[in-house]
Amino acid sequence: MKRSVFATPYLIWMAIFILVPLGIIVYYAMTAAAPDGGVVFTLDNLIKAFDPLYMGILGRSVWLAFIATCVCLLIGYPVALILTSRNFKKGSLLIILFVLPMWMNFLLRTYALINILDNGGVVAQFLGLFGIQNPKLLYNTFAIILGLVYNYLPFMILPIYSAMVKIDHGLIEAAEDLGANSWNVFRRVRFPLSLPGVVSGITMVFMPAVTTFAVSRLLGGSNFMMYGDVIENQFFFMRDWHFGATLSLVMMVLMLVSSFIFRKYQDDDSGGMLW
Amino acid sequence: MADKIIDLVNLTKSFDGEKALDGVNLYVRRREFITLLGPSGCGKTTLLRLIAGFEKPDDGDILFEGQRINDLPPYKRRVNTVFQKYSLFPHMNVYDNVAFGLTLKKKDKKLIDQKVREMLELVNLSGFEKREVESLSGGQQQRIAIARALINEPEVLLLDEPLAALDLKLRKEMQLELKKMQQQLGITFVFVTHDQEEALTMSDTIVVMNKGQIVQIGTPVDIYNEPINAYVADFIGESNILPGVMLEDYKCRFAGQEFICVDRGFSRNEEVEIVLRPEDLDITPNDRGMLHGVVESILFMGVHYEIRVRLHEDLEFTIHSTDYVAEGTPVGIDIEPDAIHVMKASDMPLATEEELEGAADYEA
Repeated sequence: MKRSVFATPYLIWMAIFILVPLGIIVYYAMTAAAPDGGVVFTLDNLIKAFDPLYMGILGRSVWLAFIATCVCLLIGYPVALILTSRNFKKGSLLIILFVLPMWMNFLLRTYALINILDNGGVVAQFLGLFGIQNPKLLYNTFAIILGLVYNYLPFMILPIYSAMVKIDHGLIEAAEDLGANSWNVFRRVRFPLSLPGVVSGITMVFMPAVTTFAVSRLLGGSNFMMYGDVIENQFFFMRDWHFGATLSLVMMVLMLVSSFIFRKYQDDDSGGMLW
Repeated sequence: MADKIIDLVNLTKSFDGEKALDGVNLYVRRREFITLLGPSGCGKTTLLRLIAGFEKPDDGDILFEGQRINDLPPYKRRVNTVFQKYSLFPHMNVYDNVAFGLTLKKKDKKLIDQKVREMLELVNLSGFEKREVESLSGGQQQRIAIARALINEPEVLLLDEPLAALDLKLRKEMQLELKKMQQQLGITFVFVTHDQEEALTMSDTIVVMNKGQIVQIGTPVDIYNEPINAYVADFIGESNILPGVMLEDYKCRFAGQEFICVDRGFSRNEEVEIVLRPEDLDITPNDRGMLHGVVESILFMGVHYEIRVRLHEDLEFTIHSTDYVAEGTPVGIDIEPDAIHVMKASDMPLATEEELEGAADYEA
């Protein structure tokens, strides 16, 4: 028996749950409902998708995701660095603490954040002590970015952490031996060797952040739609599956392009992928 | 005393309550090739790491040219290390690896270029500047590691089992090359190994260690010919070690007979250990010889045969001889007085098979 036979179930799985749905999306995107109840082939949806209205939302989604990714990186990198430091014994415990929120439902976390940020919430009460009344923490760009960072921070920390953990301590010693103080050890050895983890972390945060929905609607209010929300709207409120599919397709192409860009910066073997 | 470059005074170091080094005193002379030899876990690598600065001693002092350097971080010490696993930087090419130390010192680009070229020439890898380190063989990587350390012109080069991962032929080549480099550059080498042959070939001075302590210090010839106790005798080369009694000066008794020997200074009837090197024993026809036995096995080793002769139930001699004797032949054994090495019965156990195995495992 050929070994490839064992791959058959996976091939079937992939066909049913990846290829077929993809085909359906493309089919829906390229068609529209005809007046007689049938469907007709059309490129109207595609043209409509490039309307400035939708492009603007797409641009804002990318921009918000970009900022959230930067913030995650700024917070996540030092955290990973501290977690892997030799003098720090409680690393694994802290990792669990960082991962723990991921075990909770994403919506639940976001609703919790609403409660915290809302007027009368913990933060508002705390600021009240300093005479800052009614601080308007919710329903603005800040709240969306906070929500994104809160939800995706672990995805930044973990790949960087695992890339750093993999750095052979012998290399650090070699650098010290050759005259590098701790700053130079970081600059010339630790940092360059952690870069695959950074690229991986950026991918893991940026991609889901761009496509995210609900976070912006819940924390940003209706004025701050992201692309994911628009797609959701087409399917559930506008009931226009054809246009929804087109928007999804645009999103997928964008993801594909960005993942190719990220891939370029990542060696496949030295990577600190999360999974 | 001669020019001491490193002086270790009463060094003690424990890991998790286990003593890796126990009151070690040792000095290293300038320009000498000194080898720390012992089975794995004897503390030789710990000693090296203390000199390099990767570990701090619990007790005792490390003096470098008379200055106490206990608290000096590795990057400020004028020593460099060649690691067993090479530890080349995987994100840099050969040139950047070798140039690392000089780049940190912000040396002039032209000077760095020139020094890197010189170093690569020294290790016979000219023209490899742009190669990725992962594309190199183990031997080549080790040469780069040596070049990377030597470019800093250290006072002392520390080598932690640098040849352990290489195959036999390459290892022999590198031994000669390292020795040549050391003589040519006039740098002090502190070399760590568990391979006694390597130690004998390369060193000016050998330091035999066991269980965190120094057992014997001496030249290779001294260590081989005058092992201080059965442990050293057993570790350095092959030996037949058997219990004996020193009857009086120049007279001892073992294997049920009395022998004339060259040792003296033991108390009357003191229990001792007798060490007989396999190459010092002579096989004679059965009707002559001081001892008698039957050839149990004979192995061809290339230069000589390794012959095991059983004298009785509990006593077997290993003898090296260039002459063939068939298995089962009754033979006699002659022992010259100067072939008998009498050792004080030591409380130090011999290296067990397991420890020697462990030493071999350590290579991988």
